[in-house]
Amino acid sequence: MDFLIFKAPMLMVQASLDGILLGILFALIAYGMALQWGVMNIINIAQGDLVILGGYIAYTMYLAGIHPAWGVIVSPILMYFVGWGLYKLVINKVVDRDLFISILATFGIAIVFQQLMNFIFGADVVVAQSEYGTTMLFDNSVTLPNSKIFSAFVSLAYAVALVIYMKKSKLGRAIRATAQNARAAKILGVDTEKVYAATFGINAALCGIAGALISITLTLHPYVGLPYTVRSFMIVIVAGLGNLPAVAISGMGLGLFEEFADYILGTEFRIGAVFMLLVFILVYRRFKLSKKREYLK
Amino acid sequence: MNKIAKLFITFISAITLTLATISSSFAKVEDGMIVLGSAISLTGKYSSNGVHTQNGYNLAVDRINSMGGVKVGGKSYKFEIIYYDDESNPKRAAQLAERLIKQDGVHYMLGPYSSGLTKAIAPVTEKYKIPMVEANGASRSLFTKGYKYLFAVLSPANQYLEVAIDLAVEKNGGKPVKIAQAFEQDAFSQDVRLGILDAAKRTGSKIIIDDKLPKELNDMAATLAKVKATKPDVLVVSGHTKGALTAIRQISEMKVDVPMLAMTHCDAAKLSKQHGKKSEYALCASQWHKNLSYKDKFFGSGKKYDKDFKKEFGYAPPYQSAESSAALLVFKDAFERANSFDRDKVRDALKATEMQTFYGNIKFGPGGQNVAKPMILFQVRCKGDTCENKVVAPTKWASDKFFHPIPPWSERG
Repeated sequence: MDFLIFKAPMLMVQASLDGILLGILFALIAYGMALQWGVMNIINIAQGDLVILGGYIAYTMYLAGIHPAWGVIVSPILMYFVGWGLYKLVINKVVDRDLFISILATFGIAIVFQQLMNFIFGADVVVAQSEYGTTMLFDNSVTLPNSKIFSAFVSLAYAVALVIYMKKSKLGRAIRATAQNARAAKILGVDTEKVYAATFGINAALCGIAGALISITLTLHPYVGLPYTVRSFMIVIVAGLGNLPAVAISGMGLGLFEEFADYILGTEFRIGAVFMLLVFILVYRRFKLSKKREYLK
Repeated sequence: MNKIAKLFITFISAITLTLATISSSFAKVEDGMIVLGSAISLTGKYSSNGVHTQNGYNLAVDRINSMGGVKVGGKSYKFEIIYYDDESNPKRAAQLAERLIKQDGVHYMLGPYSSGLTKAIAPVTEKYKIPMVEANGASRSLFTKGYKYLFAVLSPANQYLEVAIDLAVEKNGGKPVKIAQAFEQDAFSQDVRLGILDAAKRTGSKIIIDDKLPKELNDMAATLAKVKATKPDVLVVSGHTKGALTAIRQISEMKVDVPMLAMTHCDAAKLSKQHGKKSEYALCASQWHKNLSYKDKFFGSGKKYDKDFKKEFGYAPPYQSAESSAALLVFKDAFERANSFDRDKVRDALKATEMQTFYGNIKFGPGGQNVAKPMILFQVRCKGDTCENKVVAPTKWASDKFFHPIPPWSERG
């Protein structure tokens, strides 16, 4: 049974496409994390909870009779302000402290968000319906939900827009300058406080988009944020900070790896396999670094 | 803070603590009240079902009290419940059970919501020899530990979907079937899985896909792709509400054709409301349905219970509420037969319970599980855009015929 995938080549196509489509979505969340990690040196444990909150915004629209796909526009706008507010309220007090403090602070934010969402939206698992239908390939043997294709395209579009914005706009330049050297940027007249708030806002907005997409492709629940945090953390670890193409590739790679691990090792080892990969990559990196150090000596 | 203030605070706390322990010795049965205790999930991830459970308890308490209460030793007593919010957290639930027993002096407990929390509380009630009637912990492992003070009014988890396999075999002309199954890796779902394994062995059926879904997973695409490739006769899914909603979403989106689909938690997931016609033909395991013909003198019938519950709380009772109400009926019956408040006498009376409630027959097996009540299966059927759950098995209560096989997606509008 374990090697069903090698007997049926169409399964291979299905698995690859599923993995890539999902991976792109995860890459979007990971890019937000990489951005604010790079700029502010904060590992945001509440990342996944911001995603879920974004999803609930789309879900609320769905309940009100608006098509949830509009959530990919409304949700990031609202979430930008949520992120901005969070920065002003909590993050600005921990931004130049050590990593441990910021992890604790964002962990606290995660708990508060979970409980608030539970309080407002209830503890039921919910879904929003996009009614986008299905694309069937190869005589129906490969089926792709259009909602997944839609979500991959939206993620890509936003990612490209963000890259251009970072390159061309004044704020984008300021963000990049702050990431390189916050002190030097400050001396040269960059309002780093504003840059930090904007960065956190942009990250929350990216989470909002991803959340809206998750509401139509997967399911929402106040307590399912953590897996998204963990996955984006992994993608960033693999890709490194501030490198969008690497984040996208590592996101898709992880998506693919997960799907294939499911077929080959079994579903129960799917997430375990990803963690094993993470350990492997960390060890490998350390090994490479130590070699470099030896050479320098 | 200066020393005097510190001393003062210590003094006050000492007095409060002493008073708290003294007051506990009166609490169990006082002023014509029988005090029951329950840790219940009012916040956290089980809060919706926690509230259903609490509503079920409260409705039964009101009903029993207004109909003359519990008669022990010629005197009439009323029920009262002390609730604490366990925040859906097993550790907290165990602490609260200790608190109910040691500080509030509760001598009889009602169960919390979910198998996990019941598992956390059972060792505590067992340690203090407190009889607990629980209505929401179905995991088989609760009934294999040799607990003496635990009684469950519901059918154990391994029975949830066994009936579905029998039904599939029956529809296959008595021949063994090919089963594909996907279960979340938690105590409850894995128990449901054990039930399927038993049923498969009994009927000679073959399990061709046996996926265990990690708890964090909300994507079943890989499992469903395998189902598409291997064409089983029946697909069984259990992963709480998340599993049910994910399965229907992805089965419909990936156009997976399977003749029979059986799952758990359909009504808790509000499947027919959230997914509408996409959920049609799904077969769901349930502990109770209002159309069953059981009767008792407190709630009358299931239909009447449904009506009264709606009037009180404004929504139709899920089975979690019904079974919780039944727990109170069991307690009342046991107190009256024991005719005493001696905990061991009450326990023995509970052990000997054999009664019918609107929720079903109740008789406890050696492990404390209810052995007198079968599980039922309903099928989601739609007329236009409104979908309803129709009981299809066991045949005694079936209001509709079981629709089989599920038409392929290409023929479904």
